[in-house]
Amino acid sequence: MTHAPHSEVAQHAAEAAHDVAEAVFPPFDPTYFASQLFWLAIFFVVLYVALDRFILPKIKTTIEDRRDRIADDLDAAANAKADAEAAGEAYEKALAEARTKAHVIAADTRKALDAEIAKETAEVEAELSAKQDASEAAIRKAKDKAFADVRGIATAATAAAVEALAGVEMSEADAGKTVDGLLKAKEA
Amino acid sequence: MADTNPIKQFEIHELVPFEAFGLNLAFTNSSLFMFLTAAVTIVLFTLAMSSRALVPNRAQSVAEIIYGFVADMLRSTAGPDALRFFPFVFTLFIFILMANMLGMFPYFPGPGLHSFTITSHLIVTVALAMLVWLTVIVYGVFKNGPKFLKLFVPSGVPGYILPFVSLIEVISFISRPISHSVRLFANMLAGHILLKVFAGFIVMLGAGLGVGGYVLGIAPFAMTLGLTALEFLVAFLQAYVFAILTCIYLSDALHPGH
Repeated sequence: MTHAPHSEVAQHAAEAAHDVAEAVFPPFDPTYFASQLFWLAIFFVVLYVALDRFILPKIKTTIEDRRDRIADDLDAAANAKADAEAAGEAYEKALAEARTKAHVIAADTRKALDAEIAKETAEVEAELSAKQDASEAAIRKAKDKAFADVRGIATAATAAAVEALAGVEMSEADAGKTVDGLLKAKEA
Repeated sequence: MADTNPIKQFEIHELVPFEAFGLNLAFTNSSLFMFLTAAVTIVLFTLAMSSRALVPNRAQSVAEIIYGFVADMLRSTAGPDALRFFPFVFTLFIFILMANMLGMFPYFPGPGLHSFTITSHLIVTVALAMLVWLTVIVYGVFKNGPKFLKLFVPSGVPGYILPFVSLIEVISFISRPISHSVRLFANMLAGHILLKVFAGFIVMLGAGLGVGGYVLGIAPFAMTLGLTALEFLVAFLQAYVFAILTCIYLSDALHPGH
């Protein structure tokens, strides 16, 4: 080793190296091996017992409690969701039922109204046709009466015309026969 | 001039001398940091879980995230039946993580005025790795009986190379506690040394070159800054690596048939 007396740094380094070389390297010094093992055993066991008995179970239960709580909450959320879905389905079902019911009611009402309308229409029609029949009967009666009158008048007119033209008094029956014959001829 | 020795941070100082069974069991700064690791972890977790709210606050979230992180790690690497080891793996992970993080303090108002990283001492990481290794053996034999030896006889290997494969499996199994412990120890040790070496450069430059040296010291200071961030990453990562390797080894104890 070259010594450099002008450099204090090198000198200090050399001295330090010399000191180290003289003393036993502490990590290999057996003086305190027993002491180190002894106290290591004590404090390692103390730490082990403290961790094993108190600290680690505490951490374990805390983590497990949290995991359980989260699982419970998730279950509750799933249940709530299922409930909500069931309620939604029930609502839909009720709605559909109500709609069907409304249709039925509407149909029934329409049917009832139709029946009533038909009934009233029939009544009115019957009344009207009765009135019509009565009117027609009256007309026919009047017509028959008028026809009868026309025959009478024609018979009288025929008798009068024969009397006036021929000066022969004609019986009412003969005049009637003549008129009927004429009417029949006209109809034929 | 400040002490620039990068090894000083690993020194052990006796706080309360104590001897038993002819052994020096003094309460040292290492013991103090072990106490702090356990105490800070217990206090922080107790405070975080004090409300046990359904909607957690930030502290409770962090506690629950760490819980979930370790539980998922164990479940995904060793299967759901490995959850009986959950408190063990969790304690290992949080103990190493907290120890590494407490070691990141550059200063501590105690003897030597330095913080202490308990995982930077090989004996500690060896103890933790042996704990895992012995747990695997004891539980593996207890649960599987002689079937535990299937661990060394992978299925689907042709008979003529099986002896070599088994030999490799045995060596690999035996070397597990070594690699398991040295990985954590070496990472913490090397990172902290590097950090203190670069921090020491600032002091050396200042002491050697005066004001100009401190101006030049900006360069190692920037390096220290970056390394500190890296060390925080390593502190977490090594705790994670230690825990996940523990899970993989426990998986062998539970399912030795591969």
